[in-house]
Amino acid sequence: MAVQEMAGQKRTEGLWLAVIGSAVLFFLILPTLIVIPMSFSDAAYLEFPPKEWSLRWYREYFGSAEWMAATRTSIVAAILTTLIATPLGALAAYGLHCSSTRIRNAAQILVVMPIVVPIILIAVGVFHLYAKLGLNYTLAGVVIAHVALALPFVIITVLSGLKSYDFNQELAARSMGASRPRAMLDVTLPQVKFSVQAGAFLAFITSLDEVVVAMLISGGEYATITRRMFNALRDQIEPTVAAISTCLIAISVLALIGIQLIGRRGRGER
Amino acid sequence: MTAEGKTAGQSLPISVRNVVKAYGPLRALDDMSIDVRAGEFMTLLGPSGSGKTTLLMALAGFVSPESGSIRFGGQEMVTVPPHKRGVGMVFQSYALFPFMSVEENVAYPLKIRRVSAADQKARVEAALELVQLGGYGGRRVHQLSGGQMQRVALARAMVFEPRIILMDEPLSALDKKLREQMQIELKALHRKLDATIVYVTHDQREALTMSDRIAVINQGRIAQLDTPEALYRRPKSLFVADFIGESVVLPVVLHDGAATLNGCKLKTTSSFGSAEGPYHLVIRPELLELSPDSSDGLMNDLSGEVREVIYQGDSALVLVRVGVDQEISLRVPASRAGSASIPDIAQRISLGLHAEDTIIVPETAL
Amino acid sequence: MNMTAIGEGANRAILARLQSRERQFFLKLAAPAILGIMIVVFLPILWLSSLSLFDAAGDWSTANYARVFQSPLYQKTFHVTFIISISVTAFCVLLGYPLCYWLSRLSPRTSGILMVFVLVPFWTAVLVRTYAWLVLLQRNGIINQGLVASGIIDEPLQLAHNLTGSIIGMVHVMLPFLVLPLYATMRAIDGDLVRAAIGLGSSPREAFWRIFFPMSLPGLFAGVILVFVLSLGFYVTPALLGGGRVQMLAQRIESTITIYANWGAASALGVILLVMALVLIWAANRVFGLDKLFVR
Repeated sequence: MAVQEMAGQKRTEGLWLAVIGSAVLFFLILPTLIVIPMSFSDAAYLEFPPKEWSLRWYREYFGSAEWMAATRTSIVAAILTTLIATPLGALAAYGLHCSSTRIRNAAQILVVMPIVVPIILIAVGVFHLYAKLGLNYTLAGVVIAHVALALPFVIITVLSGLKSYDFNQELAARSMGASRPRAMLDVTLPQVKFSVQAGAFLAFITSLDEVVVAMLISGGEYATITRRMFNALRDQIEPTVAAISTCLIAISVLALIGIQLIGRRGRGER
Repeated sequence: MTAEGKTAGQSLPISVRNVVKAYGPLRALDDMSIDVRAGEFMTLLGPSGSGKTTLLMALAGFVSPESGSIRFGGQEMVTVPPHKRGVGMVFQSYALFPFMSVEENVAYPLKIRRVSAADQKARVEAALELVQLGGYGGRRVHQLSGGQMQRVALARAMVFEPRIILMDEPLSALDKKLREQMQIELKALHRKLDATIVYVTHDQREALTMSDRIAVINQGRIAQLDTPEALYRRPKSLFVADFIGESVVLPVVLHDGAATLNGCKLKTTSSFGSAEGPYHLVIRPELLELSPDSSDGLMNDLSGEVREVIYQGDSALVLVRVGVDQEISLRVPASRAGSASIPDIAQRISLGLHAEDTIIVPETAL
Repeated sequence: MNMTAIGEGANRAILARLQSRERQFFLKLAAPAILGIMIVVFLPILWLSSLSLFDAAGDWSTANYARVFQSPLYQKTFHVTFIISISVTAFCVLLGYPLCYWLSRLSPRTSGILMVFVLVPFWTAVLVRTYAWLVLLQRNGIINQGLVASGIIDEPLQLAHNLTGSIIGMVHVMLPFLVLPLYATMRAIDGDLVRAAIGLGSSPREAFWRIFFPMSLPGLFAGVILVFVLSLGFYVTPALLGGGRVQMLAQRIESTITIYANWGAASALGVILLVMALVLIWAANRVFGLDKLFVR
């Protein structure tokens, strides 16, 4: 009898846990679920669920020269950031992996800092630095700042990839006559390829979604999409933003799927 | 030592002189000097942390010592980068490239050397044939068993005909049966190849089985370098005696050039030096004789009470208490003649140790 | 054997050169990235911090700090920042702990699928999520509509453009930062320990509190500190969902510079924020390597 009672109590507790857990998951996913249908609404004000479906706000978004310019800036900046941060970060990860533990630990602290230091401080600091260098309101300025913000993600990702790689393979290649750069390219790179790709995805998303630094240092011709969105939302809720948000969500989800697929493939190889 | 169809005397001697490698306060290689003859199978044997792997890595060029000289056939190598040393290397983890086929793995050193495609194919096939993996070229690495992976690693390390091959515990990841089979194959392979092999292991049995000579390494220094037989029969220190083979150690007292055990003078042919400090008698269990025949006057008599009999299949180990609190062990073969004579527990037996089988060593190296 | 000694110390100079060249090779590989982070992130912050030590005339002074600590305006900012950060952290624990516990008891496959619900928002732009909450929480948004329609309230509640809205939006943004380390820690707890405790006569509840909960604390601690630190310096969500009525430290720093051009005071606020963040992060790092958080 007692055992049954206990099992029953356990079941009730499990049920409660499932209810609470599902509710929290619902809370987490709710905003994403709201934005997407809203972007396909026909109404000028926000309503849910939309009475009439249309692509009106997408036409508005893709027809607006300002939004398009900002989108172009953001995409170009994100691509350049990825192209610069990925090789630099991967090389740094390799260098740190082979360095002494002391140097590696010190560098790792340094590398995590940009992620945890309040971003507003970085933004204000960079804004002032750029004022002296004349880099505010330029594409180069955005890219340089975003590279610095994306590097930690690339370095951390590639470092963890190197950790699970049998480094003797590179030694073996070198004993067989390959110089170190050759062994790196021939043997090591193909095997940390997956973490390098994952790092690249993270770099792209970091740049694309970054608001606070871009808000201060980008503008005019080279305002990023996030900066324009922020300003638009400060004044009023523009439904066009729903269309843009849906596009950003789509890119993030695609990148996330990419990372997951890469991760699975990477594990399968080993 | 040369194989048919190969130029004789291609293998190189290795000469290591006064090599020092320190990791902080720890000296992994402490003024290490060692000579390996051309074509020799030399094993570096020692406990973990003794410096044997560091020495191997220094030979390969992956560990750069603080000072000293490493010569291959008279040519200074200590400043030459690994890829220009021309040594083959086999790793404990195999270190096969998982994204390449077996064939591509073995062809890699040839590809680096820009060997023509046709030549590559022929030599890869020959190398795979040599390790009994003919026809496995198209397989992926993860389709192979542990033993097969190790064979591929071997083929890859020798396909470019290096004059020196270094092996870092290559068999330790294999199970016992496969390991013993591979030991014999490796020895046969060494006879076919024209290469000096330096082999690192912590398994003394493996070292005894395979080597021409063994360097026992302890704390970054060579404790003793000798043939397997000499190491086993005439260890020069307690460390070597204890590390190699089964042994029981009893303290002896040296006095006026004679050794006494428990107050009795030992008949011995073992030469002992003049080092200060305690000495020990090392007894190999299989060299003790049950009911000894002392007619030649060179037999030391030990008698005691049987404490335990441990049956081990091929033989039985008999633990015997001698004196007050000393325990020695005696190995009795499990043959028909042997098993008839296995004594019972608590039985008093007399044992003999021939003067020529006595090993007397100092506690510390000479 | 001809063991001709060549003397200890042979080739010492050339080998030392080789070794330092090897070490430098690796440092050179890491240098561009590390220098880039230093120049773009650390140098400007250092410079910004140094401004707090000078007065308007350019002389050494602690006036900026005195002002920051005495001015009621700034005191209110600190007050609001702490209230929000503490509430956000508390709500994250209340929501995140049961979620992680539930997920950690499911099969790795099921919980892996459910983790998508955590990861998708985690990788969605903060701005997008904040926008969604603006829509959800507004006066005629669906939450108010739903509440009115169900008869729970008569009048729509003021949910956005105030403290409530800021906290709801921030909890949503911060929750993944608590869930990820906590879930990883709980997954690593050996379920046999809890089963063994129950086998030895503990009730499931007792086993949870005496075995499971203490073992989950390092992950909880790391998540709590991370959420708290990120909340202290958070900008986007309170700036939009607070509707200008909620001024946390980050917004105060921004407006002090862009509106009042008072770099000294902004710098002093920044230094205080930075020191709090670094001390807490240092503590969290000791308990749980923070780099683990961003890589699965």
